[in-house]
Amino acid sequence: MAKEIIRIENLKRYFKVGEETVKALRGISFTIYEGEFVTIMGTSGSGKSTLLNTLGCLDTPTSGEYLLDGIPVRGMGKNERARIRNRKIGFIFQNYNLLPKTTSIENVELPLLYNSGISAAERAKKAERCLKEVGLADRIYHKSNQMSGGQQQRVAIARALVNDPVIILADEATGNLDTRTSFSILTLFQKLHKEGKTIIFVTHNPEIAQYSSRNITLRDGHIVSDEYNHDIHSAEEVYRNLPVDND
Amino acid sequence: MNIKNLLKIALKALNNNKMRCFLTMLGVIIGVGAVIAMLAIGQGSKNSIKAQISEMGSNMIMIFPGAEKHGGVRQSSDDMQTLKPADYEALLRESGTIANITPTVNGQGQWIYGNNNYPSQAQGVNTQYLDIRQRKVAQGEMFTEEDVKNAAKVCVLGQTLVDNLFPAGTDPLGKVIRFGKIPMTVIGVLEEKGYNTMGQDQDDLALVPYTTVMKRVLATDYLQGIQASAIDENQTDRTIEEITGILRSQHKLKETDENNFTIRSMQELAEMISSTSSMMTVLLAAVAGISLLVGGIGIMNIMIVSVTERTREIGLRMSIGATGRDIMMQFLIEAVIISVTGGVLGILTGAVATWMISLFAHWPVQIDAGSVILSFVVCTAIGIIFGFYPAAKASNLDPIEAIRYE
Ligand SMILES: Nc1ncnc2c1ncn2[C@@H]1O[C@H](COP(=O)(O)OP(=O)(O)O)[C@@H](O)[C@H]1O
Ligand SMILES: [Mg+2]
Repeated sequence: MAKEIIRIENLKRYFKVGEETVKALRGISFTIYEGEFVTIMGTSGSGKSTLLNTLGCLDTPTSGEYLLDGIPVRGMGKNERARIRNRKIGFIFQNYNLLPKTTSIENVELPLLYNSGISAAERAKKAERCLKEVGLADRIYHKSNQMSGGQQQRVAIARALVNDPVIILADEATGNLDTRTSFSILTLFQKLHKEGKTIIFVTHNPEIAQYSSRNITLRDGHIVSDEYNHDIHSAEEVYRNLPVDND
Repeated sequence: MNIKNLLKIALKALNNNKMRCFLTMLGVIIGVGAVIAMLAIGQGSKNSIKAQISEMGSNMIMIFPGAEKHGGVRQSSDDMQTLKPADYEALLRESGTIANITPTVNGQGQWIYGNNNYPSQAQGVNTQYLDIRQRKVAQGEMFTEEDVKNAAKVCVLGQTLVDNLFPAGTDPLGKVIRFGKIPMTVIGVLEEKGYNTMGQDQDDLALVPYTTVMKRVLATDYLQGIQASAIDENQTDRTIEEITGILRSQHKLKETDENNFTIRSMQELAEMISSTSSMMTVLLAAVAGISLLVGGIGIMNIMIVSVTERTREIGLRMSIGATGRDIMMQFLIEAVIISVTGGVLGILTGAVATWMISLFAHWPVQIDAGSVILSFVVCTAIGIIFGFYPAAKASNLDPIEAIRYE
C-alpha cells in the first residue's frame, strides 16, 4: 500500500458573513496516497478553493481532522503552518502570481529563500533543474513580463516543484489559458505524475477528469462522487492533434 | 529566514521601483543635508567666536561704573560717575592677582589732518593697554609713562585712521594731526587686526594717554572704565573677588550696599556668546530636523502605498512559506534601506553644501563627527519608526485574501 499523503476526516469550513453562516465545506473525508493525480471538480461555489486552501494550510477548518504527511495540522500556529507550506506544499494558482520584473530563476528560487537551511548555490542549482524539468531551459533569465501565459504558468509550476513538496496543489491552473496551452500544461502535469509526484488539480472543467488518475466531485460542500480512472487519456496526444494557431 | 536573504529580497523589490525609491529618498537627503549644513554653520561660528575671544585674551576683566544693570534700564549719569583714577591707582597698588591694568576714557570726535578728516575715537589708556588687548605697535612706538603723567599730546593710530587721514601714503610718524581742536603728534601706528566676529573694525581707533583725554578732551574727573588682565586665566573669579573687595573699600560701601560698579570677565562673555550661539544652532538644527521628519513621513506614505500595491505579492510570499515576521522584516528593511541610503547621500549633500557655503559666503564652518553619526542614527531610527506601521500592516494580511487581491 502506498504512503498516505493527505487524510481528512469530516472536514467542515463555515464562514460567518454578517448574520448568516456560509457552509463552504459540510463534512468532507478522503485519503490521498502518494503518486495520485487527483482532480477535484465542481461548479463555481461548490467549495473547491476552500478545500484546497485548507489542504494547503492557508486556511484552518472549522472542525474535522487533517493529517498531512502523517502530521496533524489542526492546532498548528501561524508560523508552523507557514513552515509546512514552505517545506511540504507546492502551490499553483490560476493567475500564476509571479513577481513582476523578475527573472524566471529568481521566481523559482523564491520558496527556498524562506528556508535558511539552503545555500545560495544549492538554491540556484535546484531552481535551474526545475526550470529544465518544466521545459524552460532556454528561458531561465527571462523576466516574467517577457513571457506568454503558458510560459509563466510553467515558471509557477517550477516554483511549486523547487522545494520537493509532498503534494502539489493547483487551483484552476489552466483557467487563464487557451485550449492548446492548457493541454501542454496538462501534459506537463501528466509527466510529473508519471515521475511519481502527488498532485491535486482543482478545476470546474469536467473534461480534465479523463487525464487524472482519480476524480472527486463536490457539490454544495459535499462529495458527490469519488472515482478512480482506469483509462487515463494522454493529454500529449490531444495536444499534438490540436491545430497550431498560425497568427 | 536569515537576514541575508531578507536583504536580497528587499533590495530586489526596491530595484524594481528605482524612481519612486529615489524620490522617497530625496526627502531624507534634503533633511539630512540641511541638518548637517546647519550644524556645520553653528559649530563653525562657535569655533570662530571662541578663537576670537581667546585672541582678545580670555583672562581679560572689565570694570564699568554704575551698579549691575537690571532688565536693561538705563542709568542716570550720576550713577555712571563712580570710577576715579584713585580707584585705578588703588587696584594697581593693592591687587596681587592682576597682571596688567589700564583705565579707559573714550572721546568721540573728528580726527583731522590737512584736508582729510575722519570721525573716530580717542581711546584714553595707559601703556599696559597693549598687553591686555594683545596688540602691538607696528611703526614708531607706544607713548610712555612719562607721557601719561604729563598728559602729553601724542597718539598711536590704528590702520583705518592712517588710511583715511593719509590717503596718499604719506608717513604719518611725527605728523601733527588734530582731534577736534587739540593737536596731537603721531608717534606710532598699531599693527593691523582687521574685523572681529561681531563685525567691528578693530583698527578704527587711536590710542591716547588717558590723562590727555580726561584733562584736554573731556575735562572730566571720572573714568569710563578699567580694563585688567588676571595673572592666571583659570583664577579670574578670584581676581574679580579681589577687585570687588578693593573697590568696595575704596568707595566706602557698607555691608548692605550694592556694588556701585560692574565687573565683567571675558570668560563670562565667552560663555554668554557661546550659549547664544548654541541656542541658534539648536534652532537651526530643529528647523532642519523638521524637514527630516517630513522625509520620514514621506517614507511611511510610500511604504503604505507599496504594501497596498503589492498585496498579491505578499499573499504569494505567505503561501510559499513566508511567516508574518518575514514579511514584516522585508518591509522594515526596505524602509531602513531607503532612509539609511538617503541619510548617507544626505550627509554627502550636506558636506558639499557646507563646502559651498564656506567657499562663496566665507562663513566659518565645521562638520564634526558627532553630527554625522547623529544623522546616521536618526535616519535608521526614522526608517524603523516610519516603516513599522506599513510593515505591520503587510504582515497582518490574510494570505487567502491577499493572493486574490486585484
Ligand atoms: N472568505 C469567505 N467568506 C465568506 N464566504 C466565503 C469565503 N470564501 C468562500 N466563501 C463561500 O464559500 C463557498 C465556496 O467558495 P469557493 O471555495 O471559492 O468555491 P469554488 O472555488 O468551488 O468556486 C462560496 O459560496 C463562497 O461564496
Ligand atoms: Mg475557486
